[in-house]
Amino acid sequence: MMTPQEFGRIAKNPGSIALTALPVLAYSRFSELCLELCKEGGRIVAYFARPQPDRDDLELFAIIARCWEGELLILRSTIGRSFPSLTPHCPQLHLFEREIAETYGVVPTGHPWFKPVRFHRRWRAGSDAWNRGEEQPLPGEMDYYRVEGEEVHEVAVGPVHAGVIEPGHFRFQCHGENVMHLEISLGYQHRGVEQLLLGGPHPASIYQLEAVAGDTTAGHGSAYCMVLEALAGIAPSPRADAIRAISLELERLANHVGDIGALAGDVGFLPTASFCGRLRGDYLNLTAEICGSRFSRGLLRPGGVGFDLDEELAARILQRLAAIEKDTRGAIELFFDAPSALARMERIGTLNIDDAEALGVVGLAARACGLTRDVRLHYPYGGYISTYDHCVIEDSGDVFARANIRRREIYKSLHWLKQSLRDLPQGESRRELPPLAGDTLAVAMVEGWRGELVQVGITDTDGKFDRYKIIDPSFHNWSGLAMALREQQISDFPLCNKSFNLSYCGFDL
Amino acid sequence: MLLQLLLHLLIVLLFPPLLLGVITRTKALFAGRKGPPLLQPYYDLHRLWQKGFVISRTTTWVFRAGPIVGLTVPLLAALLIPFGAIPAPFSFNGDLILFVYLFALARFFTASSALDTGSSFEGMGAAREVTFACLVEPTLLFALIVLVRLSGGFSLNQLLGKHLVTSWQSAGASLLLLVIALFVVLLVENCRIPFDDPNTHLELTMIHEVMVLDHSGPAFAMILYGASLKLLVLGALLVRLLLPWDSGNPGVDALIFMAGMLGIAVTIGVIESVMARLQLVRIPQLLIGTTMISIFALVLVLR
Repeated sequence: MMTPQEFGRIAKNPGSIALTALPVLAYSRFSELCLELCKEGGRIVAYFARPQPDRDDLELFAIIARCWEGELLILRSTIGRSFPSLTPHCPQLHLFEREIAETYGVVPTGHPWFKPVRFHRRWRAGSDAWNRGEEQPLPGEMDYYRVEGEEVHEVAVGPVHAGVIEPGHFRFQCHGENVMHLEISLGYQHRGVEQLLLGGPHPASIYQLEAVAGDTTAGHGSAYCMVLEALAGIAPSPRADAIRAISLELERLANHVGDIGALAGDVGFLPTASFCGRLRGDYLNLTAEICGSRFSRGLLRPGGVGFDLDEELAARILQRLAAIEKDTRGAIELFFDAPSALARMERIGTLNIDDAEALGVVGLAARACGLTRDVRLHYPYGGYISTYDHCVIEDSGDVFARANIRRREIYKSLHWLKQSLRDLPQGESRRELPPLAGDTLAVAMVEGWRGELVQVGITDTDGKFDRYKIIDPSFHNWSGLAMALREQQISDFPLCNKSFNLSYCGFDL
Repeated sequence: MLLQLLLHLLIVLLFPPLLLGVITRTKALFAGRKGPPLLQPYYDLHRLWQKGFVISRTTTWVFRAGPIVGLTVPLLAALLIPFGAIPAPFSFNGDLILFVYLFALARFFTASSALDTGSSFEGMGAAREVTFACLVEPTLLFALIVLVRLSGGFSLNQLLGKHLVTSWQSAGASLLLLVIALFVVLLVENCRIPFDDPNTHLELTMIHEVMVLDHSGPAFAMILYGASLKLLVLGALLVRLLLPWDSGNPGVDALIFMAGMLGIAVTIGVIESVMARLQLVRIPQLLIGTTMISIFALVLVLR
């Protein structure tokens, strides 16, 4: 049983809590509570460490979501050079523990899949978790899982791909055309974003956050602004909140429509592939109407938004949206009406609900397996409070389910967008940001188009970032893709990959 | 005779790339785009021909032989097959066996040159290609046997000769089944949707394209030209079955044939525009089905 004195609780999104209100538990008690909460359906949204001044021990934070209660529980502990791994009991921690090991050179003993995550140098002097030397590690330099046998063959794809996409390395263990195991090795895009933020917020921080994942600028931008506002103790005006939500939905529309087009292209269904390519541009152009950038750069600013949306512009966007919606529906319905296209998507790349839950998969990939995971529903924020009521769930977990989630979300999103453009609240668009509170932890969660993205900021006594943690939905979901490929045809990999469409740089940070 | 020979050779040498241009343009129109010029494949060949070779050091002569055989064989096959009413320049009893196995020879060399690179992608492509070829070959042979039975001859000139007009009346059902089976053969052999996607960039899903990934410059030009010739040769079988009339005037015959080929190119373009690709595991099932269709066509003419 746990007592309320043992953890911190945040019931707001974004929310903050003073570090003094977070008791430091012994690691044994911490792990006990962590596992207990996960067993009861809790979900790890963030799990990270920070160094302590003048001490070798690391401080460990776990933020656990209890979705249906709409609250986040925060546990705090310390760990030394090695600590017992919790991954064997709680698989959704596997990447978090590897990440901590890579960053600080500590070893989670008993971790079943102990490999580097991003292949960067550790942040502090001392031993390396894998006893590597001082030189810069090379991405992909590790032992891969191998299946031995007469008829088994290995296929290596990437990091340089045939299309213009981001770099990542994929190792398939195949028996003929059948994939027995897929291992994904990333880290080629590591830029050290979290390190750049230490001692911040710097003037450049907002630009760096906007570029964490180029296709999720509105998502990461909003989350960063929300963290700062929670730390400063203000809320943006309802008008700014509404404009932020509009930009998030436009981002969702552009990406979902583009993804359906890309799926159509992968199965060789040309009309939808071509039309959706064009329509994606139309949605991006609507964002450009608001802020001058097709990817909402410059729109999200701490305290509000950088560009207001006047009535005339809202009317113009509504008018253009009506025409684009008609074409979008036409292109999408054509695709979903073609039996040959449906045959390529149904029962391919199935991720079952148990695996998805164990791995902590989030966002549309989780909703496609029947898990109800949507930040807008459980932790409503900004412009979604009391306007969001359309969480879309599918249960087959296959490529079709992920495509169909996108189709249904596109329609819901269009409806929501038109409503909010008509009911835009009056008021100022940006407020002055007071200085940030010191020794405080703030969490913001945003439902980006891929899924839940989380940012956590911890300030020192002067109100400067002592640790800033970014968790992109891709961080959880790449493992889901690897599981979905088991016992599939290797020729279906591109289609499965596209149906998840995960970010490489969002993972690599 | 000389005029017919000249027309035949002109069609073989100049006409095939236009077919690819027509397919691409048809697809572009369906997708709401303007598309590249009809003559783009000719420009591409010209451009590739002026480039240099890049040849991996791990490969042997087998790798270089691939494109050469890949071009020579369809050229030889084109000399064996009549183009509509224009008879083939070379004809002898049993040339239909040579015709079928010329394609097998080309496939052997393309697959070998793919395996020669040692790339896992190309190995997979070669494995897929030969698996599907095993299933296409019987379809083609049974189709030719049906024509042997109907015509009573043993050369392609006789098989696709004047008997066809009457055969459509006496054995129309059989010939219709042949047309279906041969159209599938045409799509498979030329790596078109729904069996393969000639435009994809996804190595893991490719069949034919992945086998030629390592070829560049003039070698790739030979492969492209060879591929368009293959389309012409297999299309010629189909066009003759569908348009069996002789006008008596070689020029008009040539025009009828070319119009028929363009019609086939447009049909392929339309199919590629309205259909998605089949899942790879479904392709053998469909090919066994077409073999059954051609066997059934044979049963119909044997009874």
